[in-house]
Amino acid sequence: MARIRLTEILVGAFMVLGFVALFFLAMRVSNLSLATAEDGYSLTAKFDNIGSLRVRAPVTMAGVRVGRVAAIGFDQETYQAVVTLRIAEQYDQIPTDTFANIFTAGLLGEQYIGLDPGASPDMLSNGDRIEFTQSALVLEQMIGQFLLSKAEEGGK
Amino acid sequence: MLDSIASLGRAGLAAVASLGRAHLLLIGILGGLPSMLIRPRLLVAQVYNLGVLSLLIILVSGLFVGMVLGLQGHYVLSQFGAAESLGVMVAASLVRELGPVVTALLFAGRAGSALTAEIGLMKATEQLSGLEMMAVDPVKRVLTPRFFAGLISMPLLAALFSAVGVMGGWFVGVGLLGVDDGAFWGQMQSKIDFNEDVLNGVIKSLIFGVVVTWIALFEGYDTSPTSTGVSRATTRTVVHAALAVLGLDFVLTALMFGG
Repeated sequence: MARIRLTEILVGAFMVLGFVALFFLAMRVSNLSLATAEDGYSLTAKFDNIGSLRVRAPVTMAGVRVGRVAAIGFDQETYQAVVTLRIAEQYDQIPTDTFANIFTAGLLGEQYIGLDPGASPDMLSNGDRIEFTQSALVLEQMIGQFLLSKAEEGGK
Repeated sequence: MLDSIASLGRAGLAAVASLGRAHLLLIGILGGLPSMLIRPRLLVAQVYNLGVLSLLIILVSGLFVGMVLGLQGHYVLSQFGAAESLGVMVAASLVRELGPVVTALLFAGRAGSALTAEIGLMKATEQLSGLEMMAVDPVKRVLTPRFFAGLISMPLLAALFSAVGVMGGWFVGVGLLGVDDGAFWGQMQSKIDFNEDVLNGVIKSLIFGVVVTWIALFEGYDTSPTSTGVSRATTRTVVHAALAVLGLDFVLTALMFGG
């Protein structure tokens, strides 16, 4: 009797484990996942063009990761992208005139946000907006501009 | 001349006949479902034999397959400066292809061969005939619980294989090779679709579970009741199950992702 009970317990544990694995695949690996709230505070920034920036992309300062992109929205009045940044709690000395850029890691790599600290004595706190932003470089636009300037040179 | 044509015809007829017997057996197995639901204990014992006892090989293989994918994927992707896509590559290959297929191959080797040997030996030692003498249908009593146990175990084992593999890839990619943690998961989540990738993988593993268990049970039930017969049947189970899984995988991939 005890052996049958042990078998039943093991089978039950096996099935629970299997469903946990399926749940893991659904929530963590595929896009069913809900936004996880990390510790820290939020800042927003408006960009004219975010390129292919994604939620959970890193936010860096001087190359060191200080937070992540928490959400990406769209402002219908200004036609700009609204990016919410989640900055880790210990990095609370970010000046209000900080500059937010969208950079690309390598030529084909992932896009991330780089923060350039300003010189203001006031620091950003939860819910504040970063005023100065620089859009993502879109490769096609750059090539277009390059060709245009070449054509102008040739015309002279 | 005529003799060789006759032997070819005999082989063809034998193949068709065994295919027919396999289908009749499958119908008999499915017909045993109501009587199995009355005695769920039989099913639980077989899920233990096929599923729980296969856990070790599945988990360890999954971990190492994921780790190798992490290493190999990083080697290729870092040449294009796209190492952040490592998570997508590891997860997509595991969830869509490697999880169901490798699990089915391991399942055929670990559980399928055991099933064939068990059923074949039951037949060779006339235990199945004994059951029939006691007016117990051996197909319903012995084969049906084993079939449904395989059906339940395979998708769960494949899901575990994929999950452990992703963790292995994460360990190598993020832990050892320094890929960014957020990029690894973020890119994975934005590219892997639940219905398109994960659910199709589960359907695949379900089909493989049916095929592997069916072949194993049929070979065991259809064996010639001698020690050589049982050994041949066990070999045939592993070979036929592996070939069927790999062939079917191509067809299923073409149907699911090819269109």
